[in-house]
Amino acid sequence: MKKIARRTVTLTLNGETRTVDVSPSDILLDVLREKLGVKSPKAGCERGDCGVCTVLLDGKPVRSCLILAIEADGHEITTVEGLGKDGMTPLQQAFIERNAFQCGFCAPGIVLAATALLNENPNPTDQEIREALSGNLCRCTGYDSIVEAIKAASRGGRDE
Amino acid sequence: MSELKIVGHSPSRIDGLDKVSGAAVFVDDMDFGPNLLHAEIVESPHAHALIRSIDTSEAESMPGVVKVVTGEDYPYTFGLYMKDRYVFARDRVRFVGEQVAAVIARDPKTAKRAARKVKVEYEELPSVLDLSEALKPGATLVHPELGEYECCPWFFPRGGTNIAHWRKTRKGDMQKGFAEADHILEDTYTVPRYAHCAIEPHVIVGRFDAGDRLTLWSASQSPYTQRHVMAEALAPFGLKHKDIRIITPYVGGGFGGKAGVSMEIIGAVLAIAVKGYPVKVRWNRAQEFYNTYQRQGVVARIKLGAKKDGTITAIEHTMHWDAGAYVEYGANVVNAAGLSATGPYRVPNVKIDSVCVYTNLPCGGPYRGFGYSEFHFGLESHVTRMAQELGMDPVEFRKKNAIAPGDTLPYGAKMNPGNLQEAIDKVATAVEWGKKEEPGGPGKVTGKGFALFWKAPAMPPNAASAAFLKFNEDGSVNIAVSGMEIGQGLLTVLAQIAGEVLTVPISKIRVETPDTDRNAYEWQTVGSHVTWGCGNAVRSAAMEAREKIFDTVHRAKGLKKESLYLEAEHVKSTDDPAVALPLKDFVIDGIMVEDGTWRGGPILASGMFMPEFTSATGDPETSQGGHPNVHYTVGAAAASIEIDTETGKVRVLKAVLAADVGKAINPVLVEGQIFGGLLQGLGTVLYEEIKYGKDGRLLNANFTDYKIPTAMDTPDEIVPIIIETPQPDGPFGARGVGEHTMIPAPPIVANAVADATGLRIKSLPITAEKIALALKGIDYESVRGNYMGLCFKGRPEDYEFKTG
Repeated sequence: MKKIARRTVTLTLNGETRTVDVSPSDILLDVLREKLGVKSPKAGCERGDCGVCTVLLDGKPVRSCLILAIEADGHEITTVEGLGKDGMTPLQQAFIERNAFQCGFCAPGIVLAATALLNENPNPTDQEIREALSGNLCRCTGYDSIVEAIKAASRGGRDE
Repeated sequence: MSELKIVGHSPSRIDGLDKVSGAAVFVDDMDFGPNLLHAEIVESPHAHALIRSIDTSEAESMPGVVKVVTGEDYPYTFGLYMKDRYVFARDRVRFVGEQVAAVIARDPKTAKRAARKVKVEYEELPSVLDLSEALKPGATLVHPELGEYECCPWFFPRGGTNIAHWRKTRKGDMQKGFAEADHILEDTYTVPRYAHCAIEPHVIVGRFDAGDRLTLWSASQSPYTQRHVMAEALAPFGLKHKDIRIITPYVGGGFGGKAGVSMEIIGAVLAIAVKGYPVKVRWNRAQEFYNTYQRQGVVARIKLGAKKDGTITAIEHTMHWDAGAYVEYGANVVNAAGLSATGPYRVPNVKIDSVCVYTNLPCGGPYRGFGYSEFHFGLESHVTRMAQELGMDPVEFRKKNAIAPGDTLPYGAKMNPGNLQEAIDKVATAVEWGKKEEPGGPGKVTGKGFALFWKAPAMPPNAASAAFLKFNEDGSVNIAVSGMEIGQGLLTVLAQIAGEVLTVPISKIRVETPDTDRNAYEWQTVGSHVTWGCGNAVRSAAMEAREKIFDTVHRAKGLKKESLYLEAEHVKSTDDPAVALPLKDFVIDGIMVEDGTWRGGPILASGMFMPEFTSATGDPETSQGGHPNVHYTVGAAAASIEIDTETGKVRVLKAVLAADVGKAINPVLVEGQIFGGLLQGLGTVLYEEIKYGKDGRLLNANFTDYKIPTAMDTPDEIVPIIIETPQPDGPFGARGVGEHTMIPAPPIVANAVADATGLRIKSLPITAEKIALALKGIDYESVRGNYMGLCFKGRPEDYEFKTG
């Protein structure tokens, strides 16, 4: 079998510089989980439908199952492990207080999608929140508690 | 009872920080080191075929491949209620996607490549892909060996046919019942198959170590049942129950799909095949659709008789279930529906036939609602139609016939407490029943629909729950149960129950996820029964701990036991107001007495609960005589909708659901079930539909083609209503509610669509496309693409309810 050249990727993961050898076909999700030990992005459909693999790439939510690891070279990746490093953010706190999750499998991706939304738009309308979440499936909650938590966090006044 | 301080309140969930911080560990997140092996499955491309030969040599010779395993090595069957399933298909395959072999390799990519090199020769057989064909005399048999399978005593399989089980319920006199009726309405309804779509796919990691212990890390609702089913299946390997350990960390949604044993058996046998190595089997999203369980499809005929004054006199309800290739679990769905398909009504004359039919489609099985979601669509559509044909208001008609505590159930036992009248009234008020909403613009019409629901847990009569509870040095508590936190909030509810008894705040209680070596027994987390069953076990453990605490204090301090009580983590005495002993001071070390010696020691307790009034001994021909169900949770629901007459799109303006939960241990979590379950139910009526090609191939095994609701698809408003008529044998009066919230969604929408447009749609789903076509006078069946939603190719109205 033909030997596939491996590549070295350097990225900033949750504030730390990390270097990892990958194969050109490795997707970012697998590299984060299997080679960099970050487990909050999950595999749910591996075709970009469900959003549980969501990470922030330079602050923007992306599906890490649709991105090759080599594309992340030189970029900044944030997962919930990084988000809550210095304690839960007001948004995470609102998710906890309002039970904005049930099984919790989709929660990391939804927290990240909502974080990106509030960074862009600190005072989103109900409709804007729902649009921002429309790529993140949740089968348990019926979404309303999630929308309420995001609204509460946006009202809570983020000091940024 | 003094005022409740923790139960009945809504503290935030105790698993919140875990789940929102990313700390929550799911099976696929666990590390097993560099020796972890990965499996890929070789699947059947045929719905029904004989396996002529399997050549694994090329795959086995590939670098990185460790082993290839086929059905040859596993010549026995397994199953929960009927042993009709094989680890791998052996002589024949019975559905497209069935596992035929597995390749175990060092990495997933190699396993995938090698699986393509396994050569399987098949000889195709005629397939059973139509219910009516399946039931004809001389039909092709999915299981020629049916008569030989071991099954539970309340199943009645018919060897030599495709009928795996037939539940008959008979009460009263049907002739008399219909003779007394002034009006009889008869019609057919169909419900297709559905997929659970838990966002976490099934995954299992197994390791059979050199000490002959099999450990399985499983994404499951049912650790103990998995251990038991596997121990039975793997007995030929010399494994005992004690040698098998199932560990279930957090699970990413279940909805019934992760109950029982489906793909997990593969993980168990592969681990044994590569002794010493951990091996992972992880389903992809497509496999999640076609090779776990699906909700079964059903074709149902309802004949309902009523008097002019609205009194129901008789119901005949015949259900033919498309149960798929293996029914080891699904036949019990059929059974549950067959006992309760009157719905929550007082009906003197009853004839129910619930027939479980083998077909060459993927396995049917448990899905939130467990048969009740399926039959309520037709039944509650039918009830509204009957009321209207009698010239009665559908809500009044329901109030007149609603079942009440003490009424006789279809199988002869008595109905448990539950206030259906209150539920009906509160829902009617909340939805403003009788008031026509103003459409939001031109081309829009509005309507309202109403439905009742009920459901009992479906389980063996002796399904048990147990709990261990221990105090720590600081007075905090660990509880080890095997009820699963599948999202519903069980850990929090159990902490509240124990906290209430022990006066310990839930912030000081940790409830552990299951490990069958260490945690106490739980049959399964299904049937909306764990708040009740496991809750009772935890309550009993907490009471035992309290008793031991009082015993210690009594022996050390000489205080009368009857005088002792707990308050805010202290032992107090009604005899002496000065007594206030902090629990943390003695729950491990005991209490020192005058001579310097000590009394007491670590406070450990256990609790258990098993219903002792249930039995599955009903007569096979009538179901009379047994007491198969512990209790029903009843409720009512309604929808107010607006339809765009051009596109057919339904907008749910308001959905209301009231359930009599006995006692809401945590009201916000009950509401969480209502919000989540209603939307899942609305998915089944408005969007979701499994599509099969007429060759039995699943056409839409992904979220692009099988749409589940997103954050954009919720009702404008949901009104959750909690009713509390205590369940005498429930913890603090609680009974279950998890599944129930999904059940009424299809009929409230169907009835609202009929109210808005005059169209009565009798087959699910009721998609925008179906409504728009119907509004244009186009018959959906005539333009339906080349697919089927259940194992039935014809038009519903032509279906003949014959059984050979």
